[in-house]
Amino acid sequence: MTNAVEMQNVTVRFPGVLANDQVNLTLKQGEIHALLGENGAGKSTLMNVLAGLYKQSSGTLKVHGQPVSFNSPKDAIAQGIGMIHQHFMLVPTQTVTENILLGLDDPGFALNLPRYDQKVLDLQAQFGLHVDPAAKIWQLSVGEQQRVEILKVLYRGADILIMDEPTAVLAPQEIDELMNTMRSMVALGKSIIFISHKLHEVTAVADKVTVLRKGVVTAEGISAKGLTPAKLAQLMVGREVVFSVKKKAQEPGDVVLSVNDIHAENNKGVPALRGLSLDVRSGEILGIAGVTGNGQSELAEVITGLRSCTGRVIINDEEIANRPPIRAIESGVGHIPEDRSKVGTAPNLSITRNTIMKSYRHEPIGNGWTINFVKARQEARQLKDKYAILAPSVKTPARNLSGGNLQKVILAREISTRPKLLVAMQPTRGLDVGAIEAVQTLLLEQREAGAAILLISEELEELLSLSDRIAVISHGKIMGVMPVEEADVNKIGLMMVGSETVNN
Amino acid sequence: MPFKLVLEKRVKDVPPWYPFATSIGSVVIAFIISGLILKLIGGQPLEVARYFFTAAFGSWAAFSDTLVKATPLILVGLACTVAFKMKLWNIGAEGQFYMGAFFASLVVLLPILPPDSPKIVVIGAMMVMGMIGGAIWGFIPGYLKARFSINEIISTLMLNYVAILWNNFWIFNTWSDAGFQMTPTFPKSAWLTRVTDYARPYKAFMQNTDSGLTRFLESIGLERISGMTLHLGVVFGLIAVVIVWWLLERSRWGYEVALIGDNPHAARYAGLNIARNIILVMMVSGALAGLAGMSEVTGVVHRLQERISPGYGFTGIIIAWLAKLNPFAVVPVAILFGGLILAGREIQPSGLAMMLQGFILFMIISSDVLLRYKIRFSK
Amino acid sequence: MDPIIILHAGLATGTVLLFATIGELITERAGILNLGLEGMMLIGAMAGFSTSLATNNPWLGLVVAMLAGGALSMAHGLVTIHFQADQVVSGLSLTFLGTGIAMVFGEGLTGQNPPTIPVIDIPGLASIPWVGPVFFENHSVLVYVGYLLIPAAWYFIHKTRPGMHLRAIGEKPEAADTMGVNVYRLRYFYVFVGGCLAGLAGATISLAVSPGWYSVQTTSGQGWIAIGLVIFAQWDPLRAAVGSYLFGALRRGILDLQGPPTLFGLTNPLYVNSNWGFFLQMTPYILTILALVLGARAAAKKRIGAPAALGVPYIRGERGL
Repeated sequence: MTNAVEMQNVTVRFPGVLANDQVNLTLKQGEIHALLGENGAGKSTLMNVLAGLYKQSSGTLKVHGQPVSFNSPKDAIAQGIGMIHQHFMLVPTQTVTENILLGLDDPGFALNLPRYDQKVLDLQAQFGLHVDPAAKIWQLSVGEQQRVEILKVLYRGADILIMDEPTAVLAPQEIDELMNTMRSMVALGKSIIFISHKLHEVTAVADKVTVLRKGVVTAEGISAKGLTPAKLAQLMVGREVVFSVKKKAQEPGDVVLSVNDIHAENNKGVPALRGLSLDVRSGEILGIAGVTGNGQSELAEVITGLRSCTGRVIINDEEIANRPPIRAIESGVGHIPEDRSKVGTAPNLSITRNTIMKSYRHEPIGNGWTINFVKARQEARQLKDKYAILAPSVKTPARNLSGGNLQKVILAREISTRPKLLVAMQPTRGLDVGAIEAVQTLLLEQREAGAAILLISEELEELLSLSDRIAVISHGKIMGVMPVEEADVNKIGLMMVGSETVNN
Repeated sequence: MPFKLVLEKRVKDVPPWYPFATSIGSVVIAFIISGLILKLIGGQPLEVARYFFTAAFGSWAAFSDTLVKATPLILVGLACTVAFKMKLWNIGAEGQFYMGAFFASLVVLLPILPPDSPKIVVIGAMMVMGMIGGAIWGFIPGYLKARFSINEIISTLMLNYVAILWNNFWIFNTWSDAGFQMTPTFPKSAWLTRVTDYARPYKAFMQNTDSGLTRFLESIGLERISGMTLHLGVVFGLIAVVIVWWLLERSRWGYEVALIGDNPHAARYAGLNIARNIILVMMVSGALAGLAGMSEVTGVVHRLQERISPGYGFTGIIIAWLAKLNPFAVVPVAILFGGLILAGREIQPSGLAMMLQGFILFMIISSDVLLRYKIRFSK
Repeated sequence: MDPIIILHAGLATGTVLLFATIGELITERAGILNLGLEGMMLIGAMAGFSTSLATNNPWLGLVVAMLAGGALSMAHGLVTIHFQADQVVSGLSLTFLGTGIAMVFGEGLTGQNPPTIPVIDIPGLASIPWVGPVFFENHSVLVYVGYLLIPAAWYFIHKTRPGMHLRAIGEKPEAADTMGVNVYRLRYFYVFVGGCLAGLAGATISLAVSPGWYSVQTTSGQGWIAIGLVIFAQWDPLRAAVGSYLFGALRRGILDLQGPPTLFGLTNPLYVNSNWGFFLQMTPYILTILALVLGARAAAKKRIGAPAALGVPYIRGERGL
């Protein structure tokens, strides 16, 4: 077998960051090669080099044995390399066919879409990937959008596919489907590099594994067979990882949050919550499991007053639904939002000004008409030390912080107000292992302090280790609630796709 | 291309002197480019530059005139600063200026107060009315934005034209002074005190006293102050600077404005009422511009007339930007532009000052890239 | 108050707005907001006028006007695309710059009479009753060019491959970039196209619709009205055409209201006291705001918005999180 791709001593530098350091990677023809590593290990960067999006600072690329140099994605596409990005690179207002044709020289000037719709349908039949070619992207489900991404590269005749965390947005059953697609593509002569950080997926589908840690290769092309979680974790993290956060047994107190039969629309005006109800008690963590886009964001927004709805949301006997967000804040709701830079922080304001976002109205920070910035800076410095926020000073603007440190600023702010209810949406997404542990520990501390916590996460393991109860959300409804002792991945997985209802 | 321009994101904060340096550099480059263009069309840039300087800063009398021009500029510069802090693009300071002038004039034209009212009452009433007029003209686009998400750039701009035409109607139709395009001169009680009003006592003081102070004043060439038209409006401007600074940098409201301006999503998440603040900021901004209009009719022209503003409202945009939205920096920048406008009136071609302003603003925003990125050239 | 005359004149004035609106619409479709229309139009009006004066060739004037508008727009392109400056402020500075440069170079042009773009009839079509006299008779060639531009722009945006790329770079530039579309180059190109059309709009005033150079009064805020019309048109050339001609007719009809001594059998107050005309002159500006309110409500209903990446600089390799 020949080598489809050889990357030799590839180094990529960003200002202040060495993203890839002397990385080697070899992809054989007809192979599924898993590229593993933590968030921030440099996987996506390395693959963006292979896809022609970034240029390496040094090192060489060979495709089918020939040295190549890419100046744009077009060059990579010409060599048969196609990348399926983690965040879909699709134009929402255009049709499936238009997205597939984007960047190609054929059609010439006039588009003549119906003709190309037919070509797309032919391609779909060949690989068993079905989606309406005339549909607009924004009308499609996440799984369908991913199919469009795959079709996009297949249409270009790519025989080397890079898939950047393709499973992150899929339900377990959809993941199985995707893996079947991957196997059939390899059977048709394609080669695949598959980025993941989930071991069971890797052992299920990959032939070879390469592991990156902080931009350096720690295992190059080892066989996927016989890898153990411990071994893999050690390669990825560099030390034995024991998921050490331990939850103390404690009895939950009174109901703090009561959500009753709420309905709400998403930003496109499509119903996202359809009659959802749940309760969270003080001193307990209720985990919400579900595939992204089943109403989780809307649920968090309804509870924090950011989205209008019908139904009742009661926090400590006060009605919150359809009230301005300030009502929720004043009745003691802390909120760790999903998008920490777009919603959670103000990028050009200092750390100090970001930490007082919720507390500036009251003593000791707020003082009638004025704000006591001396006091605010003192408190910000204390928070910076306590939460180990890495930044030159509290005057540093938020935009200069890394994702993990930004998240710590948000946590510090939300927790320092001693919330009675904490709504945490994907609090550990995109953080490295150290930061994840810190965040999880903080959540458990709040639980012990008697806060009611609604934890919305895509990471089942996280939910299983932190929650007292787990509720599964699908199509805007709670499919079932169970104590964590009775929960297992299969049961949750089935409920996530809406096929089984278990009531407690 | 033989080399490539590479922008490298700055990881560290820039030193505090850096924004000043880039601003000054921008102004210098803008002057040089404008000079080259002037040369291109057969002018004499150095001659013009010398004339500019003499006409604006060459003597105390000239400087006094420059400050007279700078007075409305300080106020409209502040008006734009307040709005831009919240990323509200109030391009309507010009219209708010006219409405401020109109409403202030109502006090004596309608009249709201009897003609023999004491000066302090008349001036006070005119200030209040001027600010109300500007605030109304700010409220309209603010409300349209808060309620219907109407782009405030367009609405404020359109309202500029409406305000000028509105003023014209009353000047030409109702209060025209013997068919001229102006109202009759206001009574003295509606005039802001000017420096020249003190010329006589000052002269007596200089002649009858021999102290360190008089010698000092003489040595700097201030032996006479008659004819100096600098008026009380400049004091309004300076007080407004301090108030605006306090509002923006120290008050709760200023924090809210900055938060909304930087990230409205975060502001909503933090429980702020964005719609209310949009309207409020537009009204405060309008009130400041309206006060500028009031100061101009009571301090300079002493009547309502056509074209009381040579585009002060637009210059205010550049001033706010050049001052990097810092209320204190608005003062020196406004003085520079005041000199530019003063000297520019008598310089041909007439668009020169406007072109220079355009280049200055353009260079400023181009130089902002230096604050966020390091620029390298690479092969 | 002859409706045919008003409509006829409205089409001519509307052509100015049409060129500017469609140019801005194309630029905005590419994700760049260029508020400098007024400046680019003035520069175009001045450059076209003075070229025609110098060369006695109005057609050359049009070409120079378009290049002048395009050249000025490139300054906006540079600072917004490469330097990632705020597009609003850059556009404003372009207005000052364009106005200033046009005034400096336009010194002494007032009162001159260079040759203008010829006025022609369209044979055959001009003889259709009602329609002919309004649309196809006694119009400047540029008005007919405008007719052709509308379907051409619509077809280009919606039915061609480059049009698809244009929509993509304004909606989701990273998607286009990863597929090998050169976002930077295309954005420059469409900023240039917008600038050229703005320059053409300016020359349409000074060389065709109301020939002459009247300094800043030449455009009298039409550039800003065009920016409002883009929003009203919801970024669609057909709606842009409707809006432009409607505004053209309104501007013209309003002027004509002052003429007759009586209106509908009553004394015309505008004729008696011409000062009431100031209120009439306000109407286009007030109507622009009203059009925005109506446009905003319609857009909210249909969930049509601005191109998603409008006003947002595109930075490749900016790493999120």
